[in-house]
Amino acid sequence: MLTIDRSTYDRIVAHARRDHPDEACGVVAGPVGTDRAQRFIPMLNAARSPTFYEFDSGDLLRLYREMDDRDEEPVVIYHSHTATEAYPSRTDISYAGEPGAHYVLVSTRHEAEVEFRSFRIVDGTVSEEQVRVDNAVVPA
Amino acid sequence: MSIEVRIPTILRTHTGGAKTVEGSGDTLGTLIDDLNSQHSGLKGRLVTDEGVLHRFVNVYVNDEDVRFTGALDTALKDGDSVTILPAVAGGAPILPAVAGG
Repeated sequence: MLTIDRSTYDRIVAHARRDHPDEACGVVAGPVGTDRAQRFIPMLNAARSPTFYEFDSGDLLRLYREMDDRDEEPVVIYHSHTATEAYPSRTDISYAGEPGAHYVLVSTRHEAEVEFRSFRIVDGTVSEEQVRVDNAVVPA
Repeated sequence: MSIEVRIPTILRTHTGGAKTVEGSGDTLGTLIDDLNSQHSGLKGRLVTDEGVLHRFVNVYVNDEDVRFTGALDTALKDGDSVTILPAVAGGAPILPAVAGG
């Protein structure tokens, strides 16, 4: 199960809406080993595309260095689908390189309705998990 | 000749859990061969059967993405540091109506 606080959830959804019709992407980092999604880090989609996303390679290096320095890991890796369901595509699965991360998919295909789902992707196998949005927790 | 290599979580099964390992080589390609002799299976996760770097990984020598410096032919010198990271990328499924066009 992914537990995420309301403000981080809202920021992910807002990022996805803002970049629509292009895909939005980012990370929520947390202290290593805690599974706590604490630090919201929106990333630039270097592909600037409605059907593809990728972190710029320089941004990726800086992100991982920064997380290393802070003893953090990517707890959530999120991106949006802008015309299809919030479910990992074959491309998403082939690229999924963080077996410990929660892969969050947001679909912005409907203006009024939010689709926010979370998955584990390990060795090419996708398993959906519950998302608990915690209203009480204030992010650090 | 000693080059420090940072291994991402997903490849640490090949390094006994180690986050950094050391190897040697004049180029990235020979370094990967050396690493593979110490950590079996690592090369297959980095280099395709066609002999090019997998698109699922990003490799940096110091701060430079090797895609811009000669890929596997990138020259290395003593004290360089190599970082391997999983590329973070993906995208929507190709819709049948769009796939042909």
